[in-house]
Amino acid sequence: MSTLDTSTSIDAARADRGSSRARFWRMKSFARDRGAVVSATLLAAVVLAVVLAPTLAGVGPDDADNLARYAPMGTAGHLLGTDQQGRDMLARLLFGGRVSLLIGVVPTVIAGMIGLGLGLMAGYWRGLVDQIIMRCLDVVFAFPMVLLAIAIAGSMRPGVLTEVIAITVVLIPYFARLARTATEGIVPMPFIEAARAAGGTRLTIMLRYVLPNVFSPVVVYATTLMGLMIVVGSGLSFIGLGVQPPTADWGAMVAEGRVVLRRAPHVTILPGCAILLVSLAFNFLGDGIRDALDPRTIRR
Amino acid sequence: MSAPASLVVTDLRTRFGSDRVGATVVDGVTFTLLPGRTTALVGESGCGKSATALSLMRLIDKPGRIIGGSVTLNGRDLLGLSESEMEQVRGAAIGMIFQDPLTSLNPALTIGQQIVETLQAHRPMSRADADRTAIDLLTRVGVTDAARRIGDYPHHFSGGMRQRVLIAAAISCSPSVIIADEPTTALDVTVQAKILRLLHDLQGAMGASLLLITHDLGVVASMADEVLVMYAGRIVERADVDTLFHDPRHPYTKALLACVAGIEDDRSVPLEPIGGSAPDLWNPPVGCRFAPRCPVVQDVCRSQDQPLRRISAEHEAACILVEEDRMHG
Repeated sequence: MSTLDTSTSIDAARADRGSSRARFWRMKSFARDRGAVVSATLLAAVVLAVVLAPTLAGVGPDDADNLARYAPMGTAGHLLGTDQQGRDMLARLLFGGRVSLLIGVVPTVIAGMIGLGLGLMAGYWRGLVDQIIMRCLDVVFAFPMVLLAIAIAGSMRPGVLTEVIAITVVLIPYFARLARTATEGIVPMPFIEAARAAGGTRLTIMLRYVLPNVFSPVVVYATTLMGLMIVVGSGLSFIGLGVQPPTADWGAMVAEGRVVLRRAPHVTILPGCAILLVSLAFNFLGDGIRDALDPRTIRR
Repeated sequence: MSAPASLVVTDLRTRFGSDRVGATVVDGVTFTLLPGRTTALVGESGCGKSATALSLMRLIDKPGRIIGGSVTLNGRDLLGLSESEMEQVRGAAIGMIFQDPLTSLNPALTIGQQIVETLQAHRPMSRADADRTAIDLLTRVGVTDAARRIGDYPHHFSGGMRQRVLIAAAISCSPSVIIADEPTTALDVTVQAKILRLLHDLQGAMGASLLLITHDLGVVASMADEVLVMYAGRIVERADVDTLFHDPRHPYTKALLACVAGIEDDRSVPLEPIGGSAPDLWNPPVGCRFAPRCPVVQDVCRSQDQPLRRISAEHEAACILVEEDRMHG
């Protein structure tokens, strides 16, 4: 009996090694993509920095040093200078990054999951379910993305939660359409019929055969959108529908800095660069993930 | 007729479209599969071979539907089962192998996962047991180093190896009937021979019935015990393999055999294509469906359906000339 058990566990271990080997290839493919690696490193550094914001900044984002207003970059004690109220730019960038990253990531992930679910159901079940889901989403889809986000955010009390909800609602139809189209491309594939012929239930086929093949385009799209949503979120803050002063957010910082653009350009340029870099990094990361997730595009 | 039949199909009819406008692509098909025997279903593209196979599995999708007949597997009427009961039959009692191994495996799952899922869908077994069974199955179908390869994705395998994986999945639950729908059409000739040998060996070892769908008469000659010739949704001739090749009775069977090039044939005699084309099933011809292309057509063929006529216990053909041959001795 004991020998049998041993051989079972050995076989299971071998099986695990086999699948980790495939995973290793994916990692390797990702590692060869220089843009994706640089982006991932940059994003990891940004996330680490905003998490450690209190330690790194030394001062709070709203602590005004009235004696050192408009300090340029490189000033002793204020590495990245101060703004018109004498608040430390480094602290504001780090704390503002928390809000901006949150607004880039959270709504995209939530909308991605909801949209994936809706699109999968619509594309797999077709018929009435498809019509109801997609026509409802078409109503949302009919409005320009930013305009609708402004309308939703404007109808609620300004704040981070409002921004998250507004962006989530706006994004769902984009994900649902993508997922539905991808599902429609997968369902007629012979391996779906083969899975049915092997006795797969409709639910198993949807979750194990259709979903994994629809998943990667959605993940890639989500990663690319995260950068864009930081920009949209910044836009909402810029026009005053997002986070409210004195809370820092990269978009809000650009908005506040524009009045002193001539005298202290770094107040606007620094958060602007932060938005640019992080959005670009998310885009490159999205491309890298796309290549790594697709088992067929392994670079050797 | 020694062993009891594993699968009995009686007057199976499958139609696409509505009652008024549509095509009956499987029109009164009747046959029996016996354990340990290989039955080949041959015919031109579009004659209803695959539709017959899918009907047996009840995998005909809208706008198609089975409109009549019965399919009995080991005494159980499949057409009367609920969809969830049928899911338990598919993959367990009937295994199916498809034409294109390149697209018949899920690219997002490892081959091990795909076999394990089929196993676990039909039998309560732990993941470790299922893994071990999957390795055994893959070894059995000739995948070398199976323990390592079950973690690989389908794209790591060649076409022939993928077909071996699909065969492993199809036989994983020891089905009593294996349906192979043109299993070697997408493979090159040397691989074809290996896959056919494998199928033949496995079927022999398991004592399963094999329904081999093909348009390749060479495959039929090397594999089949019994042959069903299908034309325009109907079976036009049934015979054991020797009889079919040496004494074909239906003009369509004769024409099919005349299309095959043999290595010893005189090359100055050109191959004989079958004149005309397969009938439009949306507007099927009245009478015998082969009549418009038949070289020996009789007047009665154009007005009356020709049912299968018995020649011997193992030989039937749907042709009026069977009667005349009998009369003239």
